[in-house]
Amino acid sequence: MSYLACKDLISMAQLSVDDIQLILDTAESLKDISERDIKKVPTLRGKTVVNFFYEPSTRTRMSFEIAAKRLSADTFNLTASSSSIVKGETLTDTIHNIQAMHPDIIVIRHPSTGTPHLLASQVSAGIVNAGDGINEHPTQALLDMLTIKEKKGRINGLKIVIVGDIAHSRVARSNIFGLTKLGADVTVSGPPTMIPVKIEDLGVKVVFDPRKAVKDKDVIMLLRIQLERQNKFLLSTLREYSSFFGMTEEIIQYAKQDAIVMHPGPINRGVEINNSLADAESSVILEQVTNGVAIRMAVLYLLIGGQTSDNMH
Amino acid sequence: MIICIKNGILVDPVRRSLEHLDLLIEHGKIIDIVPSLASLEAVSCDQTIDASGKFVIPGLIDMHVHLREPGYEYKETVASGTMAAVAGGFSAVACMPNTLPPNDCRAVTEFILRQAERAGRARVYPIAAITVGQKGKSLTEFGDLKNAGAVGVSDDGFPVTNSEIMRRAMEYANYHGLAVISHSEDLALSSNGVIHEGQVSTRIGLPGIPSASEEIMVFREIALSRLTGCPVHIAHVSTAGSVELIRRAKDDGLPVTAETAPHYFTLDHSALTGYDTSFKVKPPLRTKEDVIAVKQGLSEGVIDVIATDHAPHSPMEKDVTFDEAEFGMIGLETALPLTLNLVREGILDLPDAIAKLSCNPASILHVSGGCLQKGSDADLAIIDTDCVYKLLPEDIVSKSKNSPFVGRILKGRNELTMVGGNIVFERKT
Repeated sequence: MSYLACKDLISMAQLSVDDIQLILDTAESLKDISERDIKKVPTLRGKTVVNFFYEPSTRTRMSFEIAAKRLSADTFNLTASSSSIVKGETLTDTIHNIQAMHPDIIVIRHPSTGTPHLLASQVSAGIVNAGDGINEHPTQALLDMLTIKEKKGRINGLKIVIVGDIAHSRVARSNIFGLTKLGADVTVSGPPTMIPVKIEDLGVKVVFDPRKAVKDKDVIMLLRIQLERQNKFLLSTLREYSSFFGMTEEIIQYAKQDAIVMHPGPINRGVEINNSLADAESSVILEQVTNGVAIRMAVLYLLIGGQTSDNMH
Repeated sequence: MIICIKNGILVDPVRRSLEHLDLLIEHGKIIDIVPSLASLEAVSCDQTIDASGKFVIPGLIDMHVHLREPGYEYKETVASGTMAAVAGGFSAVACMPNTLPPNDCRAVTEFILRQAERAGRARVYPIAAITVGQKGKSLTEFGDLKNAGAVGVSDDGFPVTNSEIMRRAMEYANYHGLAVISHSEDLALSSNGVIHEGQVSTRIGLPGIPSASEEIMVFREIALSRLTGCPVHIAHVSTAGSVELIRRAKDDGLPVTAETAPHYFTLDHSALTGYDTSFKVKPPLRTKEDVIAVKQGLSEGVIDVIATDHAPHSPMEKDVTFDEAEFGMIGLETALPLTLNLVREGILDLPDAIAKLSCNPASILHVSGGCLQKGSDADLAIIDTDCVYKLLPEDIVSKSKNSPFVGRILKGRNELTMVGGNIVFERKT
């Protein structure tokens, strides 16, 4: 078994194709642990994982915590409101204090782009990016890729469309980097206010009209419309967004017959996805969540598992 | 006491000339300029400075710096900032009003001037705020500020949004003979942007600031200058579009002048490979095409001035996330070598380059200096244009070290600076 060469998992932009394959393969092999009666292996016994979340998160934080616990690591959760941040401590001071307690991994989510990069250069613990600003959310992209691979048997050559606020989505950006590396044909779609300048330079196509964008696609990946961004004038009303860009069975007709519909959650029913489509057979939203645990187990294992002599199974 | 500067090549930016000339200085003034090897022995010099192989230039004038005092003395003080200035070859600097409290009244202007006098390094020309508290609501007392020693007005990084207030400011400033300097930015359009909006912002996931954010306000200032007849100076031009707007305004005969900063003709946004906050500056580093346009603007005289926008920040403001980091970089000690690069590239000749750093800003601010003539103040610098060295943080005189050029190889350096006949900086060998 090989491991990741780096101490941190910061971005899909930085991961090599081999590293991505390794993480996906490892996640596949770890997935059955979560399906057993006793959902725990001793692989990371004695290791410490700190979940440091500056932004609200249920799914991602819980997913990391479950992943760490299933590998027998000890986990600690720290949020900005419960930490010394509220007393005025700077981020780097806080992180040095956490480092002084010798964690093996610090999982961080932060509203500012580049924060994990900054911290990775300052501490010896491994940094795992659980979302930085509008930049990246690498484990989300990895779990999406695992889901696509399971459903479609491959990623190379697939036609994939991502619909929504591409400009402010770290999920979109990580997926664009990851999917294009593995040879997928990626299109982005949404109203022009949500498509960033020069996105084509990242190797994707831009098709504004959702029907044309969806046409002949294998995978339709929807993004959550972030209600808190409404004051950025990106859209007039949710109703308008929904009527022009909300995904419906009618639009899905244009995709391949066996196309799957993905969403990183939490979904806004009736906004970016209509109610029945969210529950339709083509929807793999809950499988993405299941795969999230496997991906995070794989990432933790590949970053720090090499330091232990314990057998995995 | 008579000081003689011998054997150097004298750069006269006013006459655009380069000549082997010796200078004689007494009582703070240049008393004579004579051909080298002339019968200098006839004059009994008390001190002789040998400038062989070097250029003697007028003391440089930086019309856009932040000295941070009062209020942010942990970043820079009038003393440390003017020390950095003279180290970089500047004999005078004009300091922006965004201090704490802002320079919006006589008391602050006089305080800054007193601190400059105490420091005894470079001359300091305060730029006062256009509006009280730089809040964009009501005009400051231009007449009183002018009498106190302010030479211009600007709200700098808090540009006046209300166009009527800007119009009135221009009309009033023109009456008092104060320069009006505009940091041209539509703050609403810049929004939460931190780097130029373009290929790089999309690639590395940072919010962008479009070029239009600058150009909209450049156009407004030109329109207001046309309306009021008031000269307006556009600060730190960074985009090809701004250069074009200013070119057309000049072609129309409007009293519009402009400056750019060395980082805008040296770096483009592709320098932002990581999230190094020393590259975070406003306006942001733009594209390669913008850099070419800025150079062309300098070459054609569309851009009159090179100013540094020296903006010192402590690690507290820079060793943080990119979003949280303050905008700005120091520049006083790197302006000369970076400008000399333009001479080496053939964009400017040496007298032209020096003019953009001396007589041109002097004339915009209506201050003396920028020339080497019989009878003028002995404000000058002696520069070595060939010296090659690596910029190390410990060699930076400024209190703050936030320069993107740290670790870079630079060519050309100031060796000696004189202000009013006093040697205020001499590089130790």
